[in-house]
Amino acid sequence: MKTDPKGVLVGSHYLSGNHACAEGALSAGCRFLSVYPIMPALEVSERFLARAKEVGATFIQMEDEISTLAAVLGASWTGKKSMTVTSGPGLSLMMENLGLGVMLETPCVIVDIQSVGPGLGLPNRPSQGDMMQARWGSHGDYEIIALAPSSPQEMFDFTIKAFNLSEHYRVPVAVMSDEYVAHLKEKVVIPPANKIEIEPRRYYEGPKDSYLPFKRDEDLVPRMVDIGEGYKFHVTGLTHDDRGYPIMNEECQEYNVHPLVWKIRNYVDNIIEVQEVHVEDAEVIIISYGATSRAALKAMEQARNSGIKVGSLKLDTVWPFPEKRVAELAKKVKAFAVPEMNFGQIVLEVERCSYGNANVFFVHHGEKGVENTDNILSAVKQAAQQNSVKDGIIECE
Amino acid sequence: MNLWRKPLDLQDIKVARGEIHIIKDLCKGCGFCVEYCPKDVLEISEEFNTKGYHPPYIKNPDECVECHLCEMLCPEFAIYVTLKEDNNVVKSASEEGGQ
Amino acid sequence: METLKTKKMKEVHPMEDVLRMNRIPHIWCPGCGIGLAVTAFAAALEKAKIDLNKVAIVSGIGCTGRVAGYIKLDSFHTTHGRAIAFATGIKVANPDLKVVVFSGDGDLISIGGNHFIHAARRNIDMLVVCVNNFIYAMTGGQVAPTTPLAAYATTCPFGSVEPPINIPYLADSSGAVYVARWTTLHIRRLTNSFIEALDKKGFSVVEVISPCPQYYSRINRLGDGLDMMKFYHDNTEIRHGEDTKNLDIGFQGKIIMGKFIDRERPSYTERFD
Repeated sequence: MKTDPKGVLVGSHYLSGNHACAEGALSAGCRFLSVYPIMPALEVSERFLARAKEVGATFIQMEDEISTLAAVLGASWTGKKSMTVTSGPGLSLMMENLGLGVMLETPCVIVDIQSVGPGLGLPNRPSQGDMMQARWGSHGDYEIIALAPSSPQEMFDFTIKAFNLSEHYRVPVAVMSDEYVAHLKEKVVIPPANKIEIEPRRYYEGPKDSYLPFKRDEDLVPRMVDIGEGYKFHVTGLTHDDRGYPIMNEECQEYNVHPLVWKIRNYVDNIIEVQEVHVEDAEVIIISYGATSRAALKAMEQARNSGIKVGSLKLDTVWPFPEKRVAELAKKVKAFAVPEMNFGQIVLEVERCSYGNANVFFVHHGEKGVENTDNILSAVKQAAQQNSVKDGIIECE
Repeated sequence: MNLWRKPLDLQDIKVARGEIHIIKDLCKGCGFCVEYCPKDVLEISEEFNTKGYHPPYIKNPDECVECHLCEMLCPEFAIYVTLKEDNNVVKSASEEGGQ
Repeated sequence: METLKTKKMKEVHPMEDVLRMNRIPHIWCPGCGIGLAVTAFAAALEKAKIDLNKVAIVSGIGCTGRVAGYIKLDSFHTTHGRAIAFATGIKVANPDLKVVVFSGDGDLISIGGNHFIHAARRNIDMLVVCVNNFIYAMTGGQVAPTTPLAAYATTCPFGSVEPPINIPYLADSSGAVYVARWTTLHIRRLTNSFIEALDKKGFSVVEVISPCPQYYSRINRLGDGLDMMKFYHDNTEIRHGEDTKNLDIGFQGKIIMGKFIDRERPSYTERFD
């Protein structure tokens, strides 16, 4: 399905990541935004609001981030594509309703502009400290999808992709950006509406009285209807059966919750996207995502110039994690270098998925500036010299 | 002492008659309907329902005036009243209006 | 007397149009008043002149949180305290819908207190039914923000030391356009209040004082549901238009009921357009 041209600001623009995100949302057909003011994410809502009237979108500023995501879930059930934007502390507050969104299988997009934590942290500096929280933050077993854009253009593209994935798999999708990308201004090309593919909502089409809100299709995703259409359905955040009625026993827990996981895990090959550069002959591969991959690519070029065979694996999709690809590469290379703007989150996944076949070097990135490649280069050099596989993650200075 | 004035058109007035339906298996025996029936139509029975509660039974079926109070005061949706089509029973005002 | 077996299958409750009869019997204890609040609400839905296809009901967590599951509307059982926030999203995204939030005092006033205040301030067009049983019943009788001073609960074995909140006063000062309070005994007035509030544009609050025989009454030795209903009969007073400041409820004290606020204010969606 092609998108509605009303929201698409066709042309080549000079936009910040946040503004590109708002444009991406409008292009994807997002017509409901609910926010609570937080730096450095608020430009998204400002841009969205400035354009809301002309595209017929609705906006509400709620009293906190808890209610923000609750409102997004409610709005999504009325048939409007819905989104919220936040930063670290806000994401923490949203975890409760993220779980509800997973349980009610409600399509929605959460854009997280990561800033430095913990606690109040450094609200105006970039970080990648929420990556594990996005995956595991809410209690219980679930899978979500998280994308990591590295430029304003990707903020635009990934926001659209996030809406498409959330509609297809009926799961909240997180766009894990950071302060650096959010405030970075670059050229963003917005294609015409007939070039933007969007995923339509998976509506139930059948007799009204036989609608079951959680009866799953073959790919384990149930069909939705809108509020106010006369279906009179019930959905609950408790463990429920196909009718959406709570059933309090272990069999139903298995019946209800296992598909929440499998509807993602069975289709990881369709979901996961990575960008690979020079991996064919690489001895060392830099695995990066988000803003860090800008420095990673630069470091790769510099290392290649000095004769080290380095490749780059950029994770566009961070969750679900591209396990298979990392495991394949681990057999071929000496080492992975994983630069992150945190104390080691995705590196844990890389280490797990290399199954002892390659060394894993963790690079604490960002202290000298996001674009600075010194730390990555020294890690790559160290990795290239190492000839035996060591246990665990190797920390680099 | 009866303080109620006798209406002049008493002969023309027909008092509605209701038929009470009890869904015994839904009853949890709270006794609200029995207590608040203005005509004392209902009483708790000795019998048990499938959940082990004592549902009410209709003691004076002819007394029901279809006020629906038992229906409204049942927290279990276990009792309801329908209008009796046969509307022959008319009583005098003194019998009818007495509290 | 007819026997159960012959009668059972034929019985069709007249409220089955608005109730999910296949879910009933419900989970509430014998003598609990939540069923009465639902009866009154179901009766109001039948009597109010609204398109039931366009009504959504949202509940939070707790005993009253289960209400959404028993009412045959588009119904949502959401996270603890977030029912109003969820309903706000529904109403703002589709202003054609009528939204009802049906939840308990702990859910709406304690964990969801902030959402309650701000939805009232924004005047989101919704009906909030707050069933007040003075205690957290589903978790086993803990002290609630509405527990009267000196009343017992499992988490205040020497009597509550926290002054309770006055829900109509909170709603009034936050900007609600319709505020009423009834007990479950005053079922017809409660039904009429629901009908009025469903017609009303704006944030309407109806507080329903309800017996909790299993926890509040048992811990405080107040008898069963029927005893509480008799207490409501003897200790309530109807004062329409009473200043909401005077509506505190003391332990076994007089309960003042009535319609306190009925005013006009433009709702959020009206202002947004």
